[in-house]
Amino acid sequence: MSILVNKNTRVLTQGITGATGQIHTRACKEYGTQMVGGVVPGKGGTNFEGIPIFDTVEQARKATGANATVIYVPPPFAADAILEAVAAGIELVICITEGVPVLDMVKVSRYMNGSKSRLIGPNCPGVITPGECKIGIMPGYIHKPGDIGVVSRSGTLTYEAVYQLTQLGIGQSTCVGIGGDPIVGSGHIDILKLFNEDPGTRAVIMIGEIGGTAEEEAAQYIKENFRKPVVAFIAGQTAPKGRRMGHAGAIISGGRGTAADKIAALKAAGIAVAMSPAELGITMKSVLDGKAA
Amino acid sequence: MNIHEFQAKQVLARFGAPVPKGQPASTPEEAAKAFEALGQPKAVVKAQIHAGGRGKAGGVKLVSSAAEARDFAAKLLGKPLVTHQTGPQGRVVRRVYVEQASEVARELYLGMVVDRKAKSVAVIASTEGGMEIEEVAAKTPDRILTEPIDPVIGLAGFQARKIAFALGLRDKQVGQFGALLSALYKAFLETDASLIEINPLVVTKDGSVICLDAKMSFDDNGLFRHADIRELRDPNEEDPAETEAAKYDLSYVHLDGNIGCMVNGAGLAMATMDIVKYYGAEPANFLDVGGGANSQKVAAAFRILLSDDRVKAVLINIFGGIMLCDVLAQGVVDAAREVKLSVPLVVRMEGTNVDKGKQILKDSGIKVIAASDMADAARRVVEAIGQRAQA
Repeated sequence: MSILVNKNTRVLTQGITGATGQIHTRACKEYGTQMVGGVVPGKGGTNFEGIPIFDTVEQARKATGANATVIYVPPPFAADAILEAVAAGIELVICITEGVPVLDMVKVSRYMNGSKSRLIGPNCPGVITPGECKIGIMPGYIHKPGDIGVVSRSGTLTYEAVYQLTQLGIGQSTCVGIGGDPIVGSGHIDILKLFNEDPGTRAVIMIGEIGGTAEEEAAQYIKENFRKPVVAFIAGQTAPKGRRMGHAGAIISGGRGTAADKIAALKAAGIAVAMSPAELGITMKSVLDGKAA
Repeated sequence: MNIHEFQAKQVLARFGAPVPKGQPASTPEEAAKAFEALGQPKAVVKAQIHAGGRGKAGGVKLVSSAAEARDFAAKLLGKPLVTHQTGPQGRVVRRVYVEQASEVARELYLGMVVDRKAKSVAVIASTEGGMEIEEVAAKTPDRILTEPIDPVIGLAGFQARKIAFALGLRDKQVGQFGALLSALYKAFLETDASLIEINPLVVTKDGSVICLDAKMSFDDNGLFRHADIRELRDPNEEDPAETEAAKYDLSYVHLDGNIGCMVNGAGLAMATMDIVKYYGAEPANFLDVGGGANSQKVAAAFRILLSDDRVKAVLINIFGGIMLCDVLAQGVVDAAREVKLSVPLVVRMEGTNVDKGKQILKDSGIKVIAASDMADAARRVVEAIGQRAQA
């Protein structure tokens, strides 16, 4: 079992003819993902290595029955691409693009209120259910099918965690990169809720970063509602202090957001926190073996 | 990106926010002329640096003659000003702002930020003006009012009134404040700001509400659509290595240690700094080469790393997703040849095209300490500078 994506997921690529779109559509197809169509305005009727291209997401959805889309279009056009996918009723919208203006995401978030679509990202690696469906830019070979869920704000640090698990022989149910931007479509808690209900997920690795209070809120949620073991890591324990950019931003969150605050909140919720990023896999192993981390 | 107070006031004035009249000056003579141009009995001379706490640090003075303005400007210009935000080395004052003096009756706080949780722009207001808002948040959080703005509706009239009354404004000030807040919100949206901070917002003795100080920061991701805002960048206020990095679209932050780090992805970059420290050494920098780096970009990153002469060893930690390991390897090889690398280089590489990447490094003849994983890489780089790896 898994969350969000599986072998039946039918995927579009928005921006399929750009350099990034080409490389990763090819890699996802090779991994076994059903890449059913591409969208490039003005190139409808052509194809990319046999994958049909459409002018609009709506046309692509009608013709292919796609229920997921992945967006690689450049930052100035990314928000519009998300809106188009949501308007076309695509259930799962994954935006990989890095550098989307935050005020564009303010509008997108408002537009998505009450819609049935779920957004992952932007500025994220995507979602993978190992052995079934890979949507995004993560290297496929580091994953292994199994029963550990992974949710993370970071891209490459997620690969690190996943690879450590795989090398220890521990497979993953689904790995979700939620993205590192201030405003993202789905947060830690949104994904944890899905893992909570997924019988195929036995335990979860959650990777956070300094800034904001998403991890503190996730800790609270886990303490109150989550029924499976969680291992966590917070990146940025050594990040410099005193470089105050936009310091009023910390106010809304009540002055929290440092690594120390987050780690304390996680530990207080009974979560096993790996103190070194190299110990994520080992910490999960000891939790699974029933040893205290 | 941050800008100076006088620039922020110019931007805000363009959107109709009330700010005192003033002129920037880069020489004592210009400061004297600016005083005369204001034609008032008194003016305030303010040091222009990208840091707060200027008043307490002696960077702001009320003057009553052109000569006094000249003398104070001469005292500030060309010298570092140390405030609690600048670090002990301070920041060199290259400009002062000569501004008409205001008779202050009350000091308030007004801020505007992107609220991650509400997923919208939010107004922050407090009656505790002139204080650091963090301090207010810690000591008297009940004196801070936060009001999220709906992106579709925009700033509603009732919201502006609610904040105005909470700030203790009365009569015509309520309307003035509403217009001021609308101007700030318009400026925020139309410049892709990430922060506007008016601290203090003041009520003058004659009852007007004006922005006495102003700070603005902008979303770097939005700068592409604002050529006018990009022009306001002051390279003197930025670390030269960070400015150079920005040219290549690299994210670099200079730190105090001696292990140079090159990593892809902000999370992994922070985690790499963490693990270097975990094994007993200090990172010299945060450097995220990003996802779609080409070999020129990687080579630039490598040069920037090595331009810091405190760097005694370099740790490259790459987990390729979008970034292809062979591209990274080629960039490293090119740069190492160009700069004639003289410090130990530890490379840990994993991900897309990792075998090709390893082959390129091997064939290059450059001395590379290969690491099998992240912990191994951290251990080896700490040992390479002659320390014993701890942890």
